[in-house]
Amino acid sequence: MASKQPENSLLGPEADSQRTLYPYVTGTSVVALKYKDGILMAADMGGSYGSTLRYKSVERMKPIGKHSLLGASGEISDFQEILHYLDELILYDNMWDDGNSLGPKEVHNYLTRVMYNRRNKFNPLWNSLVLGGVKNGQKYLGTVSMIGVNFEDNHVATGFGNHLARPILRQEWHENLSFEDGVRLLEKCMRVLLYRDRSAINKLQIAKITEEGMTISQPYSLKTYWEFSAFANPAQGAVGSW
Amino acid sequence: MFRNQYDTDVTTWSPAGRLFQVEYAMEAVKQGSAAIGLRSKTHIVLGCVNKANSELSSHQKKIFKVDDHIGVAIAGLTADGRVLSRYMRNECINYGFTYESPLPVGRLVVQLADKAQVCTQRSWKRPYGVGLLVAGLDESGAHLYYNCPSGNYFEYQAFAIGSRSQAAKTYLERRFENFADSSRDDLVKDALMAIRETLQGETLKSSICTVAVVGVGEPFHILDQETVQQIIDAFEIVGEQEGPAAEPDAAAGQGAAAADQGGSTDEGVAPMDI
Repeated sequence: MASKQPENSLLGPEADSQRTLYPYVTGTSVVALKYKDGILMAADMGGSYGSTLRYKSVERMKPIGKHSLLGASGEISDFQEILHYLDELILYDNMWDDGNSLGPKEVHNYLTRVMYNRRNKFNPLWNSLVLGGVKNGQKYLGTVSMIGVNFEDNHVATGFGNHLARPILRQEWHENLSFEDGVRLLEKCMRVLLYRDRSAINKLQIAKITEEGMTISQPYSLKTYWEFSAFANPAQGAVGSW
Repeated sequence: MFRNQYDTDVTTWSPAGRLFQVEYAMEAVKQGSAAIGLRSKTHIVLGCVNKANSELSSHQKKIFKVDDHIGVAIAGLTADGRVLSRYMRNECINYGFTYESPLPVGRLVVQLADKAQVCTQRSWKRPYGVGLLVAGLDESGAHLYYNCPSGNYFEYQAFAIGSRSQAAKTYLERRFENFADSSRDDLVKDALMAIRETLQGETLKSSICTVAVVGVGEPFHILDQETVQQIIDAFEIVGEQEGPAAEPDAAAGQGAAAADQGGSTDEGVAPMDI
C-alpha cells in the first residue's frame, strides 16, 4: 500500500528522480591557504563526466560580493545553483544600501545552513565548498561539505586534496607567508594532485583575495617530470595474484 | 486634537491628508512615562522613569535587552512594546543563527518600521501604540533610533519620548554636541540628569528609574540599582553646589515646555511631518 504523500514530497519511489542521488559532471580538489595579505586558492579547470575528462575550461572559483571567494568541487550544476542563491543573497544585502555588508564569515555560515538543510531533506547539493575572504583586516578561510560539516582553518582542501595536499600544508604552512611563497606552496600541492589524482587536469587557476579585492590568474599549466624511475616501469616488482 | 468624522479607522484619510488613527497612536506614546536615549561614538545609554501604579505594585518593565548588542526602551502601551521586543529578539536570533554574526541595528530598525507600517494600511489592524528607542551597534559604530507607531524611524544623537519628555529634550539639546566624544560614564550621568528633568522637582532615586548601557566591547545590560544610586549620589553633591545657578534655567525650560505642549494640540501641523 503506497502511503499518501503530498505532491512535492521527496519520499517514495517516483521522487527518486527528483532528488540528487549521484553527481554527473564533477570538479576535483580545491586547495586554499591563508597568507600575509589574505587568502590564496587553487583549483584546476576540469569537469569530469564519470571517468572521462570531458570539460576543460570550468571555472570552479568565483568571487562573492566584495569580500569573499568561493571554490567548489563536486557536481558543477549544483555549484551553479549555489552561485545563484548567493547572487540573490548579495543582491538583497546590497539593496539595504546601508554601509553594512556580509563578510566571508556570514557567507560561510549561510552556506552551511543551506547545505545542512538540503542534506536533511535527502536532496543534497553535491559539493564540497571552500569559502575564503578578508574583511576589515580579518582573514577568514572555511569549508562546508555536502552533509553540512563546516569548519575554519589556516589551510583547507576538498576531496583528494585532503589526503594529498593537507599533509604538505601541515608541514610547510606558516603565518605570514608572502604571496610568492603561498603560490609556490599551492603549486607544490597541485602538482602532487596532478600526478596522483585521476580526475585532475594540467590547467589550473590560482585566485587571490585581499582587502583590496579579488583577482584570478589566467589558466596555466604546471611543469611535470615523468622520468622518475618508478614511473618508467611501474609494474616491476608488483606482486600479481595470478 | 478633536474627534472628527475621519478618525474611525486607520484606512480612512482625512481631507487634509492625515490618518487620525495613526496620530492618536502617537498620542498614546506621549502619555506613557518618559524614556530617554543618548549616544557617543562608542556607547549608547537608555534610561526610563518607572512609575508604579501604587505602592503595593511593582513597576512595569520598559527596557528590554534584544541581543548582546541591541537594547530598546519603550513608552506607551507597554504590552505592544513587549510584543515588538519579542519580534526583535526573534529577528536577532534568526540572523545570528544563519550568519553567526550580529544583526546590524540599522537593518532591525527598518524591519520594525515596516512592521509598524503594515498596521497603518490594514482595516482589520490598529497601529502599535508604543514608541521605541532602539540602541545598538553595527559596523559603523553606535546608533540610537526612534521608531514611531506611524512606521517612521529616525536616527538621533539623543532623544526623549513619553510624558514630560520635552524637559529632558531641552536638557539634551543644550548638551548633545558634546555627546559624540563623551566617556561612557559621563553619558550615564547625562542620562540620569535628563531623567531628573522629567521628574519636575521630585527627587531622583534609583528606585524610580532604570538605566541601561550598550557599547563597543560592552554587551547590553541594565545597571543595577546600587550602581545607579551611587552615580546619582555622586552628582547630587555637585548638583547642590550648582543649585542656585541652575534654577533660573530650569524655570525657563519648563516655561518653554508648557508652550510646546500647548502647540502640539494645534490642528495645523501633522505630527508625522516633524
